[in-house]
Amino acid sequence: MTDGATPAPHPYAIELVGIDKRFGPVHANRDVTLRIAAGSIHGLVGENGAGKSTLMSILYGFYQADRGDILVGGRTARIRTPSDALALGIGMVHQHFMLVEDFTVLENLMLGAEGGALLKDGIARARAEVERLEKAYALDVPLDARVADLPVGLQQRVEILKALYRGAEVLILDEPTAVLSPPEVVELFRILRALKAQGRTILLITHKLKEIMAVTDAVSVLRQGQVVAEFRTAETNEMEIASAMVGRRAELTVARGASTPGEVLLSAEGLSVTDARGVDRLRDASFTVRRGEIVGVAGVAGNGQSELLEALAGMLPVSRGRFVLKGRTVEAGSRMNPAEARALGLAHVPEDRLKLAVVKAFPAFENAVLGYHDDRALARGPRLDWPGVVARTAGLMERFDVRPRQPRLRTSLFSGGNQQKLVLGREMERDPDVLLVGQPTRGVDIGAIEFIHRRLLDMRDRGKAILLVSAELDEILALSDRILVMCGGEIVGELAAEEANEALIGRMMAGLARQDGEPRDGGAAA
Amino acid sequence: MSAGGGDELPRWVSLALLPLINIGCALLASALVILAIGEDPVAALGYLVQGALGSATGIGYTLYYATGLIFTGLAVAIAFHAGLFNIGGEGQAYIGGLGVGLACLALGGWPWWAALPLTILAGAAFGAAWGAVPGYLQAYRGSHVVITTIMFNFIASALMAYLMVNVLIKPGQMSPESREFDPSLSLPMMHEILGAVGLEVEQTPLNLTFFLALAACVLVWFLVWHTRWGFALRTVGANEHAALYAGISPQRMIVVAMAVSGALAGMVGINELQGVQHRLIMNFQAGIGFTGIAVALMGRAHPVGIVLSALLFGALYQGGSELSFEVQTISPELVVVIQGVVILFAGALEHMFRPALARLFRPARPAAATGGAA
Repeated sequence: MTDGATPAPHPYAIELVGIDKRFGPVHANRDVTLRIAAGSIHGLVGENGAGKSTLMSILYGFYQADRGDILVGGRTARIRTPSDALALGIGMVHQHFMLVEDFTVLENLMLGAEGGALLKDGIARARAEVERLEKAYALDVPLDARVADLPVGLQQRVEILKALYRGAEVLILDEPTAVLSPPEVVELFRILRALKAQGRTILLITHKLKEIMAVTDAVSVLRQGQVVAEFRTAETNEMEIASAMVGRRAELTVARGASTPGEVLLSAEGLSVTDARGVDRLRDASFTVRRGEIVGVAGVAGNGQSELLEALAGMLPVSRGRFVLKGRTVEAGSRMNPAEARALGLAHVPEDRLKLAVVKAFPAFENAVLGYHDDRALARGPRLDWPGVVARTAGLMERFDVRPRQPRLRTSLFSGGNQQKLVLGREMERDPDVLLVGQPTRGVDIGAIEFIHRRLLDMRDRGKAILLVSAELDEILALSDRILVMCGGEIVGELAAEEANEALIGRMMAGLARQDGEPRDGGAAA
Repeated sequence: MSAGGGDELPRWVSLALLPLINIGCALLASALVILAIGEDPVAALGYLVQGALGSATGIGYTLYYATGLIFTGLAVAIAFHAGLFNIGGEGQAYIGGLGVGLACLALGGWPWWAALPLTILAGAAFGAAWGAVPGYLQAYRGSHVVITTIMFNFIASALMAYLMVNVLIKPGQMSPESREFDPSLSLPMMHEILGAVGLEVEQTPLNLTFFLALAACVLVWFLVWHTRWGFALRTVGANEHAALYAGISPQRMIVVAMAVSGALAGMVGINELQGVQHRLIMNFQAGIGFTGIAVALMGRAHPVGIVLSALLFGALYQGGSELSFEVQTISPELVVVIQGVVILFAGALEHMFRPALARLFRPARPAAATGGAA
């Protein structure tokens, strides 16, 4: 060891041996051993709360393990802070980008590695080095563009470049595809393969099994803080991985019968929403939703779907056009009060539940009646009947499997998936005629996804009209009877379930194709 | 992620231990000040406690001061639950008192029990108006309520000076005071009430309004936590976006909350004018509105906490004046310093010891959060 000879390349880039971590009573990682082969792409999957993020945070120095060792290239390493991790060649690309939006790409790359008090020399050196990296990995990013002006796909490349610029040999990517359109995902995977070809090691955290199958060499499955299965990707399949994740046979798709659409309950004509700066966030949307059908809205997040839902739910005013909800017309220049919309039989599960659908500081039972507090059935004289509400909430938690079943627990102490089930339960148990639902299964476990999909289909079969917004193409394809595709605030196409396929929708989402499948003129996905 | 949250404390720690630690620190700092001017802090503390609580007279004055502070504390708390920081309790109390005074001048000769509902209404209406205007400016014009309520305090002060000097002054005298209210309007004093049931106590300014203040506490508790309106109020305060989603208009709620806040502050006029002064005077509200902010902060914007902290501040007012009377070197200004130190520790630095306590009590936290995906 001490003779100074060049050590033979170690077969494992990273070894986590017997990692154990508790947060109070929560045992987040139980004796986890994980070995990542050098120069491979290794997938890490597991449900929410399985311990993936804790494990990665230990590797990246955010937390210290209670027990266990970390070996980097065969040597025991002590990683106390992210800068220790960086020094050992471990870089991380977070799910939420850590970029200064007002800085240029180059300034962001240099941040924390400016190279001296005066910037001039540092900038020149950084530019040369980054250009070399860009060439080596075909990672094209305009260095002098402001980060805020770049699409998310490019922002993510900036994050990857940033890690490489700091000399990362091992790259951890946390749910990297959550914000990307399908073509951007393809592009990301091309980059990952290029990195692998150059000998870098990649650890990919995701819950999308398709991506695991597409790009990884090996995959480890975490459940309840333990590694419950390890597969070579070539020798396994999605069903096997999913079953390991949930600990039982998983249903990946729910059987869907034929729909029998009835009368139109919700329709829009040229519906537009303009923001405070006068920019159209939603432009000329026209569609109908009938009784007994699910209309899916596909699109990369931030392409007008949120504004569509919020305008229909009465939270944003209509700037042009109109929509009709169960015979009530809302014209341009006005909005329907959300309370009126509810009274007409509309329920709304918003995309951003933490911002809109719950008050985190309230106990669960108060959130279980948010929006319905004017309901006479909940009142006793001038008072709200809180004991009654608590009892109702307990029932709702039972039926929608919200855990822990404690109506008085503060909402922020529930996991994201359980908050989502609480909101879904609140809105679905009102038995609305029209349900607007955004990202119903974001952050929700595989087992619960199946349950939520069943409930949505059940509502459809009972003659309800459902407008479903989701960034998950699988979800759209599994549930929708008709599919609207949105890009840049417009509905760029409407497809019947039979004629829809992932490739076509993907291209439409990216703005590369219109309804007829022809490429758009000048069709850059900006 | 579950680690590092740190703000979860057992209820008793948050509600009892933390305030006690804060008061302890305030006393310690005050002791240093008193030592610095060469007096004995222990003796000074003795005078303070003795003065506030050592006699029926002392207790009477303490409760009298607490009465006004309960009203302004509740006023700040109501606004706080709507996510607003109402600094204007002082001005709202002043203008509310104008309403009470005008009602009393108009109702001369009525028995107090018949006039009281009307004087309460007048005080509430004047205070509400003075609170609702900054509320409106916040809700519909985006002018920050902290700024506008401070400005409204000055406007109230100037307006009252003008009215007292030019309009309401009793003719033929120099001091800016109105004529006396009709004696029939005077609220029963506590020593009269107790005397009627055979308890002889010294005469103090403590009057019937103290019971009104306690009733206001119950009312606020009921409104905020047990009615639809209170639910809507708290939703607006905790998450405006969620309020909009729930069909609650945050703008309207902000205006109404500020009006209710101002109405509560306006009740100071009942205590000071109809209860004690029996005429309209200038600056009867002196400082009660501002101290109400500290009362509400220390009382965690909850009526029970507000009663307790109002009692503490009432005791500081009363004990402090005894202290400066007994110890010549401790001037009234120094007493203000001591009160300021209490406000500093109990109000502004309220959360200073929270992280340390959170570390101490962390094992007792509930096991709800999981170390799951980010």
